[in-house]
Amino acid sequence: MSDPVLTVDDLHVGYPGEEGDIEIVTGVSFELQRGEALGLAGESGCGKTTTALAIMKLLAPGLRQISGTVDLQTANGVVHLQKRTERGMRDVRWTEISLVFQGAIGALDPVQRVSRQIGDAIRLHDPEADRTAVRERVKELLERVGISGERASQYPHEFSGGMRQRVMIALALACEPEVIIADEPTTALDVMTQAQVLALLEELRRDLGLALLLITHDLAVIAETCERVAVMYAGSIVETGPTDAVFAVPQHPYTQRLLGAFPLVGGERALPPAIPGTPPDPADPPSGCRFHPRCHLAREACWHGEMALRPVGDDHDSACLFAPLQQTAVAGGVR
Amino acid sequence: MAVSSETVAQLLGSERGPLARWLVGAVRVVRAIGRRPLGAFGLITIAIVVALALLGPALAPQDPLASSSFDFANRMQSPSSAHWLGTDESGRDLFSQFLLGARVSLIVGLVAGIASAVIGAAVGICAGYFGGWADRGLTFLDDWFLVLPFVPFAVLMAALLQDDAESIPGGQTGIIVLVLAITGWAGTTRIVRAQVLSLRERQFVERARSQGASHVWIMRRHILPNVMPIVWANTVLIVALSVLGEAGLSYFGLGDPDSFSWGTVLYNGFQAGAINQGAWWYVLPPGIAITLFVLAFFAVGQVIDESSTPQARRL
Repeated sequence: MSDPVLTVDDLHVGYPGEEGDIEIVTGVSFELQRGEALGLAGESGCGKTTTALAIMKLLAPGLRQISGTVDLQTANGVVHLQKRTERGMRDVRWTEISLVFQGAIGALDPVQRVSRQIGDAIRLHDPEADRTAVRERVKELLERVGISGERASQYPHEFSGGMRQRVMIALALACEPEVIIADEPTTALDVMTQAQVLALLEELRRDLGLALLLITHDLAVIAETCERVAVMYAGSIVETGPTDAVFAVPQHPYTQRLLGAFPLVGGERALPPAIPGTPPDPADPPSGCRFHPRCHLAREACWHGEMALRPVGDDHDSACLFAPLQQTAVAGGVR
Repeated sequence: MAVSSETVAQLLGSERGPLARWLVGAVRVVRAIGRRPLGAFGLITIAIVVALALLGPALAPQDPLASSSFDFANRMQSPSSAHWLGTDESGRDLFSQFLLGARVSLIVGLVAGIASAVIGAAVGICAGYFGGWADRGLTFLDDWFLVLPFVPFAVLMAALLQDDAESIPGGQTGIIVLVLAITGWAGTTRIVRAQVLSLRERQFVERARSQGASHVWIMRRHILPNVMPIVWANTVLIVALSVLGEAGLSYFGLGDPDSFSWGTVLYNGFQAGAINQGAWWYVLPPGIAITLFVLAFFAVGQVIDESSTPQARRL
């Protein structure tokens, strides 16, 4: 049953500091199964985007992958991405794994027609492609994401926010990849448009058998689209499991508090409880469990040692010492 | 009188090829510039000069180089019905020389202006895009050309190149174009580099790179089109400066003595003592023509600049 297309094992990413490397991704491991939607959740700055960019080897200058392996299952066997050179990555990016960028407006060139931008993605991987064939393919891609092919010759500013995001998705599909990483694909969209874009991603995943890694801080988005969820805190995954199970009985205090921080529709008119404290400084992380200074369950045992993910249920892992935990300790919830 | 973009599109048929689209775009830009009084003045003046440059040789009553043109009995005559702008120290018709001058001034200005814009944009894009050592080296070179005093440098260079005039296309005029292009690119580079520094950090550049686009591809496809508006606005200004520079160099006697630009006419007039003799018809027409022509380019540049930075309007 297990058929992972993307396997990330013990990924460490950091930048050089005064006393050794400062790690902002500290040992992330997960598997993305073929055709599955996996949500990567967590607050801003916890290393979600960095993880995605490290997989694609698109880390910003200064950041580097310290250790860990990223394996991609392709038609031609397993590709070890961490061993690939920049040139070698070109053969894999877009044809095997592509990225829907955060914020579509910045990721589209304002002075190029949409048809040309999508066409470029095709031509860059197939320089001999026939002009008319490329034009047909662009139309087909746009229609696939629900945009009339007639609009291919328009410029990005002529599209609305939701349509631009659709264009970005069409762009990611251009070379028929197996895996799509969507980084905050619905941020800055209103709720209606958000729902449409998510429905589109869901539909594409089903029809094309794509594996989707959805990165977001919005748990509602994950609840809607993903079968499995991985919750990140301060550079590592603290809980992972089937979305239903994680949201019903979260097995890590951070997940509990995160879910508790959502107001309930039809619930009491009160501010949902915030998580006290601030995320730790990556240059000086707390010892032991990184969440312990903010945790309502913290005991002395939490201050020491490494917190590894342990199975706590069916396909459900938690990094909390006290897992399995009983019912949600904090009121509220997404559903 | 105004040709609408729709008319052009109809003329070219409903199937809009790249050329048709380009034409429609160009017409739209020209109309937008012409809507502002300043822009209209600039466009009309430039149109007149272009017409003169095209038709001048056909309209000119005489060829100043033909021996029949010399008429020493009628030297330094003030304007009359026979000679609308009077005659020079050899009795030649100055109106003919004025008409011929438009062509040389326009061609030299355009070629030198466009050449320095191309050099400037290329250097600016490379410096801004690659950064690091390339940027430092090119910016150093750029600063050097920027602070170089134009007049002594241009005069010296033009004088030194005189001996090689035969090996340079265009001869003496070619030397002037070369000198103007070499001294004129630095300003464009500075502006383009600054813009590229910001562009290369934009997400669509990162996206293109992640798709496997090469540096050349990114510079050609994404950086260049995004800096084109400022390159255009700047080209217009450099063309004006080149017209002025051509007049200046010709005035110093570095122009081609066998061709007549407005600058060489001024030089000839100065040599013949036109100013001491009060022969205003000798120097005023080319002087005013150069001034208006340069002002026209600045006006168009100003309008383009204002429309690309709307906050600069109404200042």
